[in-house]
Amino acid sequence: MTITTADICVAAAADAWREAGEVLAHAVGTVPTIGARLAHATDASDLVLTDGEAYLMSEPPPLGKSAAGGGTIEGWAPFRRIFDILSTGRRHSMMGASQIDAYGNQNISLIGSWDQPKRQLIGVRGAPGNTANHRTDYWVSRHSARVFVPTVDVVSGVGNDRAAADTTGTLKYHHLGVVLTNLAVLDYDPAGRLRVRSIHPGVTAEQVKEATGFDIDVSEAVVTRLPTAEELQIIEQLDPSGRRFAEVPKA
Amino acid sequence: MRDKTLTLEDIPQHIESGMTIGIGGWGSRRKPMSMVRALLQSDVTDLTVVTFGGPDAGLLCAAGKVRKLIYGFVSLDSIALDPLFTGMRERGEITVDEYDEGMFVAGLRAAASRLSFLPIRAGVGSDVPAMNPHLKTVASPYDDDVYLAMPALKLDVALIHVNRSDPQGNAQYLGPDPYFDDLFAMAADRCLLSAESIVPTDELLKDAAPQTLLLSRMYVDGVVESPQGAHFTSCTPDYERDEAFQSHYAKSAKDPEAWKSFVDTYLSGDEAAYQSAVRAFHAAAGTEGAQR
Repeated sequence: MTITTADICVAAAADAWREAGEVLAHAVGTVPTIGARLAHATDASDLVLTDGEAYLMSEPPPLGKSAAGGGTIEGWAPFRRIFDILSTGRRHSMMGASQIDAYGNQNISLIGSWDQPKRQLIGVRGAPGNTANHRTDYWVSRHSARVFVPTVDVVSGVGNDRAAADTTGTLKYHHLGVVLTNLAVLDYDPAGRLRVRSIHPGVTAEQVKEATGFDIDVSEAVVTRLPTAEELQIIEQLDPSGRRFAEVPKA
Repeated sequence: MRDKTLTLEDIPQHIESGMTIGIGGWGSRRKPMSMVRALLQSDVTDLTVVTFGGPDAGLLCAAGKVRKLIYGFVSLDSIALDPLFTGMRERGEITVDEYDEGMFVAGLRAAASRLSFLPIRAGVGSDVPAMNPHLKTVASPYDDDVYLAMPALKLDVALIHVNRSDPQGNAQYLGPDPYFDDLFAMAADRCLLSAESIVPTDELLKDAAPQTLLLSRMYVDGVVESPQGAHFTSCTPDYERDEAFQSHYAKSAKDPEAWKSFVDTYLSGDEAAYQSAVRAFHAAAGTEGAQR
């Protein structure tokens, strides 16, 4: 069986949730969604999954479908309850990022000026509240200097420098975990700056540095682990039609 | 008990230019689209619109009805962005207050509780306060925390679409998610409701659990029977989103000429003309309409 970059990314996404415990896995994107389900199917069975709509699922529905398409409902979590859950801290997000800076400040709101953006995107959505309340990871399917920028145009998700600057204790639950990309897994050094934790097989450190729009430390990067045979089998069962390759194309 | 039934044609009379209106639903889900379409046909303008934005936001903005849009996001769900909304923002033609979704909910909760604000952690450290310079903070009297003081999102009128209602405005949702429709109603001085069907009170619970009764009549001022009233957004279980038509809407919205034609075809007559034009669209495209 050939191991694709998409599979490596899914396994890395699963690793992000492995220690999460009995909390809601909030996954935006196909790779994070499969990753949460893979973690749940292996050694993170306490993780709580959703159908992406109003239900908590002990067995997830087929990928891309809501509970109406199958699976086992174990709870009800309409949007109103999501805000209650995140306020209690029992949630762990992996979201996208249109821009992200060296301290993990994330932007999904707009590109350009606030009054008249060059490109209006979806809005800050829940990113400020997520980062203020529980661990937040990011998934970037195309690692490039357009995404990894020196300064983001709108701080939607709060970065480590801003959290550190808040001396009141209000951001005591702020916790950035990893940034997973199609090239590498990044985490944060003790100063809160992004660094490269591992580089996917076949990718060079030079490629990662060139695709990052600020200086990034690759000195301690190892090679990202390969999914096990069991994981590959589960990934195939979770995504038989290969939706993950729409996010991370096969080489 | 009062019979509160109205017709769609009555709706604009209950909304004055300059008002703040809240629109229920979420993204492209159970939006009161027929009431929005009635507003598009009216002279009402200069509105402040408060919404978890879907096509309601784009349509009202593009028709020049909106002075300010207040939202946490604007999305068509299966299509990430609404081109009418993004186009107007990129041309600098619309004023906005963009909040974190949780802040938005806190604003509605404050208004529903007749408080001037509610404290919230969401937004602290982000650019949301800088983007909204009217926002103030509040220091906890109990510890060192300093929260954002989310101001009440007080509404003059809330517009909501549900599956069923009785003529008095006891409103029932039958899908998986109530969204924040009850909160919108409670945050508003008046609430105008549309429903797929209006049924006698004693039929509401014939085949549904009491938890489906989302809104009491004490929050509701007018009820309109409007089958397919959420079209082209979803109204589970009556119908799902009309993806083929939404896609047509989004494509048309990207091009001024195509948009003019869309308005001429779908948005220049009454609701019956709209529904008829949608049927013609599906007949010509060989697609099916909104499905159960």
